[in-house]
Amino acid sequence: MASRIVAFNLNGRDVEVMVKPLTTLQTVLREHLHLTATKSGCRQGGCGTCTVLVNGEPMLSCLLPVEDIAGQQVVTLEGITPVEGLHPIQQAFFDNYAIQCGYCSPGMIMIIKALLDRNPNPTRQEVMDAIAGNVCRCTGYESILRAAEDAARRLQSA
Amino acid sequence: MAKLRGTGIAAVNYPTGMNLGGDPSQALIHATTTGTFVISLSSTDLGQGLKTVIAQIGAETLGVPFENVLIDTADTDTGPHCMGTFASRATHRVGNAVIMAAKEARKVMLEVAAEELEASPDDLDTDGQGNIYVKGSPERKIDITSVALAAHFKYGRSISGRGMYIKPKSPVDPETGKMDPDSTEAHACVVAEVEVDTETGEVTVLSLKSAYEVGCQVNPALVREQIIGGAFMGMSHALYETTAPYYPSPDHAPGSFSEYVIPGPHELPHIESVVLEYPSVNGPYGVKGVGEMTANAPIPAIINAISNAIGVRLTEYPVTPEKILRALERSPKLKQPAQTGA
Amino acid sequence: MSEVTSAVARDVKKEFHVVGKSVPRRDGVGHVTGKTVYVDDISFPGMLHLKMVRSPIHHGIIRNVDFSAAEKVPGFVRVLTHRDVPKNIYTILCLIGVGPDEEPVLAVDRVLYKGEPIAAIVAETEEAAMEAVSRVRLDLEELPAVFDVEEALKPGAPILKPWGTNYFVYEGHHCRRVRFGDVEKGFAQADYIIEEVYNTSPIEHAPTETTACVAKPEPDGRYTVYTNTQALFFTMDNTALILQVPFSKLHFVGGTVGGGFGGKVDVIVEPIATLAAMKTGCPVKFKYTREEEMRVSSTRSAWRMYFKDGVMKDGRIIARKVISYADSGAYNRHTPYAVTKHAANVAGPYFIPNVYIDAYCVYTNRQPASAMRGFGVTPASFAVECQMDKIAETIGMDPWEIRFINAYRNGDMRPHQKVVEDATLIEVMKAAAELAGHQLPEHLLKMHSWDREKA
Ligand code: FES
Ligand code: FES
Repeated sequence: MASRIVAFNLNGRDVEVMVKPLTTLQTVLREHLHLTATKSGCRQGGCGTCTVLVNGEPMLSCLLPVEDIAGQQVVTLEGITPVEGLHPIQQAFFDNYAIQCGYCSPGMIMIIKALLDRNPNPTRQEVMDAIAGNVCRCTGYESILRAAEDAARRLQSA
Repeated sequence: MAKLRGTGIAAVNYPTGMNLGGDPSQALIHATTTGTFVISLSSTDLGQGLKTVIAQIGAETLGVPFENVLIDTADTDTGPHCMGTFASRATHRVGNAVIMAAKEARKVMLEVAAEELEASPDDLDTDGQGNIYVKGSPERKIDITSVALAAHFKYGRSISGRGMYIKPKSPVDPETGKMDPDSTEAHACVVAEVEVDTETGEVTVLSLKSAYEVGCQVNPALVREQIIGGAFMGMSHALYETTAPYYPSPDHAPGSFSEYVIPGPHELPHIESVVLEYPSVNGPYGVKGVGEMTANAPIPAIINAISNAIGVRLTEYPVTPEKILRALERSPKLKQPAQTGA
Repeated sequence: MSEVTSAVARDVKKEFHVVGKSVPRRDGVGHVTGKTVYVDDISFPGMLHLKMVRSPIHHGIIRNVDFSAAEKVPGFVRVLTHRDVPKNIYTILCLIGVGPDEEPVLAVDRVLYKGEPIAAIVAETEEAAMEAVSRVRLDLEELPAVFDVEEALKPGAPILKPWGTNYFVYEGHHCRRVRFGDVEKGFAQADYIIEEVYNTSPIEHAPTETTACVAKPEPDGRYTVYTNTQALFFTMDNTALILQVPFSKLHFVGGTVGGGFGGKVDVIVEPIATLAAMKTGCPVKFKYTREEEMRVSSTRSAWRMYFKDGVMKDGRIIARKVISYADSGAYNRHTPYAVTKHAANVAGPYFIPNVYIDAYCVYTNRQPASAMRGFGVTPASFAVECQMDKIAETIGMDPWEIRFINAYRNGDMRPHQKVVEDATLIEVMKAAAELAGHQLPEHLLKMHSWDREKA
């Protein structure tokens, strides 16, 4: 099957990639564009480490053929990381030790960003619902919940 | 249908390190021209925070600010041997090696400072803020950058140190099992409170209240995260996880996170812990290993709590809802519904 | 909300500058920005990908393997079989004198578990490697398999090991033994004999990052291997032995692991990826899929433990006999050592004067077990602590009291003849009871671990 060009907006910049049909957004990000903050824990839709935002909605990039997001807005963890310092959600993860091995952290931060964008003041229950598809094998989630709540406070007072 | 509540306890020991053919780790330390100290290792951080606690131990022993210490790991060309990160050994073994290396480097640092301050090295101390001063007259001091520059360009001295820690091999006596397999023992006691739904067989862990004795803590926040993460994994082992749901049958082996059952944030119980610090006899700054133990004690505590709730002793894990429903059939606590047929 | 507080009980009063302080993680900024480099984030121009041809059956004879269709897949580069591996049969603990060698890097003429690697395919892309793997035609003859630790030891069970038994041999013994005091005499004196059997199932480490490495040829003739092993030198030295190359030819780089829990010390991906790099002259990546991580990578062993305790009316346990079976799966990996560690701990943190332990490392047709967080002690702690409750229930004693009465203290001799010197079991029990709001009776609160009252 022939490759074709797909254009979309990535972290505020227009990009074009040449891909075979059914190539996932994850593969495009990690292998074609070398943006490796988006992780690859399962490629089965089961871990959430590959979470990115498409038009502001959290999506599992490992299940998403890149053709399906042609012309749309994609934001990855690279896109919310400031040149200097940290995004308030990143700072909250850092300050609350919500990171151990760190492999789930990019996906967790993106899913919490999606949550806080539409619900700036979530309850603990709402945070749990939001991250329920993201696996963390290290922390037991407690510090991640704390970080999400801390991030909400920081963003609101910012 | 009923919800039965129960509590259970477990008290455990956990050995730090091992003795597999001798259990060594090494560290090398050197100062750069401007007084940054590089600790070279080949040790691995699994997420528990080794790169952080080793820098703390190095900075403390050297007597320099934490920010002045860099960890360079893990590369077999530049870092000396480390047995690996397992057996709750890394902070204990690598920490001890770093202390030894840091003492050697500190000695040179103080000797150079003594030349510069025209004092005896024995009269000097570090303030942990980047200065070396004469004990009793703190105004006579020199900063570490000046000492490192002097060492390099004036005295031709290498501010460096080598550290090696080994737990010697202890062969096991094949007849009696006599052996010395570890360095120290950490301890934990967990009190679990559960609720069992007798209709679905589902267990909710309401709380895990525990005391951990881990020697001295190098970084209490990282110990706390080990305790919570470990408690969660222990709960997961007790109630959910297995690659062979009908062991010994090999069937139904899970191949994905959707099939391999691990609890999520909704299952997080209330976790409350207290950490006791009794320094170990041989750990760096009194450390004992904490990483593995945190997942062990919750398992029997939770299972004892379920046994207490349903009035039937459970003897295996994971205790899945199916196993609980089968156990409930034997429970004196439940009035058996009238059975039809055989 | 959860809470962890520190009750400082240290007798060292020296104030430290940075030890004891919750400084932020050194790797924290890398983790939250996604800039931490994990092995799978590393790639090189011209890098090839390796995938395994695996056994679809639990036990069988390999009659023939036909690669002809696989070789036609666009992007196929080459296949590696057991003939390409210089020291194909090995055991990772050989570095510390454990033997004999028994696990093939690639199966020779027999497979002992479902998922066992038979051949490695190297291709230009991961997709091509997977496609080629799916086209390999295996001609296997299925043999009866055994999955239960006790079934495996019965006469007539299929024998899995060249030395003719399904158990690891410990210096001439069929199990790791601990003998302390006289257990039969203890049973004879006991008021109660309390027996139970405890079982655990195999568990997967399930780190979010799967096992992976990239092996890269360097211009100076060496090979750099980027890996997420938990033990860098251990993995490098085993790789050199398997490939029969001088140790100085290899350079391993790692230190950052996306979750290990004991699952990344088996030296499985590095030797074959390095061999592929040697044979192709290209960098080669071998990364487990999630399915391989779940179904093929080693697990925590399943255990079966038979307990028999002799207990006095006053609660003292005076004799304990334990027969344990660890399901090592098809190969050793780290289980022979886990069994030894288990044997040293399965009497529990209690002082018991008469102890008899036989702990077996048993082979079955299951994916190999190996190290996992708690290594042989997890099942021991589980069984011991459930047994303590059973004892309390049987003799009509409070579960706290039974543990206080039997708790080991400094100066006590453990069954493996090591003197206790860092005991704090009584102290953690007192602290946990207080935290849980459980009022302990005065006579228990008076106890401590430091020394035993001279009776
Ligand atoms: S990699 Fe996409 S969900 Fe796991
Ligand atoms: S920090 Fe390791 S998986 Fe979440």
